[in-house]
Amino acid sequence: MTQIELRGIQKYFGAVQVIKDLNLAIADNEFIVLLGQSGCGKTTTLRAVAGLETIDEGDILIDGQPVQHIKASDRDIAMVFQSFSLYPHMTVYENIAFPLRATRMGRNDVDTSVREIAGVLRITGLLARKPSALSGGDMQRVAIGRALVRRPKAMLMDEPIGALDAKLREEMRAEIKRLHIKQGSTTIYVTHDQVEAMSLADRIVIMHEGILQQVGSPDEVYSHPANMFVAQFVGSPVMNMAPAIVSETGGHASVQVGGQPKGFEFPAALANRLADARAENGKLTLGVRPEGVLISRAAREGFMPVKAHIIEPLGSHDIVDLKVGDHMIRARTKSGFVPGAGEAVWARIDPAQAHFFNSATGSSLGIRL
Amino acid sequence: MAAVQTRSERALNRIAIAAVLVITLIFLAPVYWITATAFKPRNLATTIPPTVLFEPEISPFVKLFTKRSQLREAPTPEEYAAAPWWERMVFDGGEKIVRSGRGEVQPSGYPNRFMNSLIVAITSTVLAVGMGTFTAYGFSRFRVKGEADLLFFILSTRMLPPVVVAIPMFLMYRVVGLNDTHWGLIILYTAFNLSFSVWLMKGFIDEIPKEYEEAALVDGYTRMQAFFKIVIPEAATGIAATAVFCFITAWNEFAFALIMTNRRAQTAPPFIPSQVGSGLPDWTVIAAGTFLFLLPVAIFTFLLRNHLLRGMSFGAIRK
Repeated sequence: MTQIELRGIQKYFGAVQVIKDLNLAIADNEFIVLLGQSGCGKTTTLRAVAGLETIDEGDILIDGQPVQHIKASDRDIAMVFQSFSLYPHMTVYENIAFPLRATRMGRNDVDTSVREIAGVLRITGLLARKPSALSGGDMQRVAIGRALVRRPKAMLMDEPIGALDAKLREEMRAEIKRLHIKQGSTTIYVTHDQVEAMSLADRIVIMHEGILQQVGSPDEVYSHPANMFVAQFVGSPVMNMAPAIVSETGGHASVQVGGQPKGFEFPAALANRLADARAENGKLTLGVRPEGVLISRAAREGFMPVKAHIIEPLGSHDIVDLKVGDHMIRARTKSGFVPGAGEAVWARIDPAQAHFFNSATGSSLGIRL
Repeated sequence: MAAVQTRSERALNRIAIAAVLVITLIFLAPVYWITATAFKPRNLATTIPPTVLFEPEISPFVKLFTKRSQLREAPTPEEYAAAPWWERMVFDGGEKIVRSGRGEVQPSGYPNRFMNSLIVAITSTVLAVGMGTFTAYGFSRFRVKGEADLLFFILSTRMLPPVVVAIPMFLMYRVVGLNDTHWGLIILYTAFNLSFSVWLMKGFIDEIPKEYEEAALVDGYTRMQAFFKIVIPEAATGIAATAVFCFITAWNEFAFALIMTNRRAQTAPPFIPSQVGSGLPDWTVIAAGTFLFLLPVAIFTFLLRNHLLRGMSFGAIRK
């Protein structure tokens, strides 16, 4: 049973503030992913929880107890590093047993624990090897084994699979998820890969330049991004963003993009909702994910004629670049739906999947139609 | 590496290999000469032209370890028959072994000097490498104010030719009573090797990823435990390389040993040449002394050869 709470964390490296007033409460058994670009402060946050980095202000509480003055070795927290950091001069067995030896556990108990965790991770056959004789995936299993073996209060993982190749990454992602479900421990996982974050997290914490942007379930951050940064950081291909002008014509709202005189058709309710939410005359940005751009090959009511520009066939689907005025909007279609570049098609934006942001502040206006 | 070579490159390679062989032979010639002389009978040691083929004997080593004096008259046949094999060798050379009143064989000065060399070299190496490793770790892992200046200061102690301070050191040592003591030489050699040890070890420790220790810290170990359980084993190669260099320096040091010691703590380097001066030199005994003196460094280096090879190329290749 471990809750971790971060309260008003501030951290400076010299004059640079790397963590700005970070507040976060992590529930017992929760799998939290810190997501952000490199340099956003996510790894520093993790290291601060581990006790490898001091904080300048704020409190780190583990089970309600402030721990910022407790040494890493006394926090009972395990960590998996991106480089795995297996001790090269020890065998796999010794590596996994190492944290147990710090607790002066009896030899038989150490042996039992090591073999048990090795069984869970399916590395029993590798126990006698040195880390240099292991594949990347196995190294990572050993690193996780070393972290899990003493049943720590919490697991911290710093881009644990970032160094692996794409296929192995996918495999290990599933493995980590399986382990978390089986072993269950409060976990903080740092990554810059949004796919990893989406697939693993109970809740995703998105950070940018030391500031927490949004905390939410994968579905929340994907479907209800709090601001333009989150909207563009989560999801691949990235969400289309375009400065937009909204007007009312003939019983429906029209959203003009890219200087195109004809706008995308939206329900009339949009104008009212905007008037409620929008700051005075603030500029608007329309955001829509590629799957929210609907395409028809024939003229249809509410659809606007556009030209297909570039088509990226990805097997399961295509990504089609549409030229709307002087702006490019990417749409996701069935494979081969648009036969070739230069083809004229009709497009509209699914109002239910459209997001509106305040261009100046970047924050979402929270309008869902 | 087996890249394609042109005919001329192959020829050039052969010439280079031949040149390396010749240079190697030139370098090994003195070693051969000392080794050969150490096993020669005395009358063959100084022949012109030099004797290359001879029946090796160990009489030079017997003489090396015993105190001898010239025979005034040849031993009686009974005396000769009663003497052990090694004493007969000395008789054959026209000398006798000096014995105490109770008939115990008196040793020469060599064994003590050799022991002194071992004591001084080993102790100063352990101290220099040990202190150097701690210091290097500190510089490598912690933000030290004025780190670059301090490191330069440490290095600058080597910029002075050591002999320059020999006289002041001698006077200072006389005041504190360190002249002709083991500790006197140990302190000197440790101080002399320390800067080298710090710099070399810093290079090695810089190469050990910090994450190993951080992993140990979160695994429940203190920094000191992490240092001994993780850093030291990881730095073994560097420690071995540094130790060999420090040991060779301390083992071979001549000038200070000559000035600071004369009897109790004298090491082998000033002792061996001092034997040349006393009467007609017996080159075979000097060669035997030199040959034995070569062995510890050779053995030490041989035992650590794998570490040394890795140590030499350490940092040259990014892993």
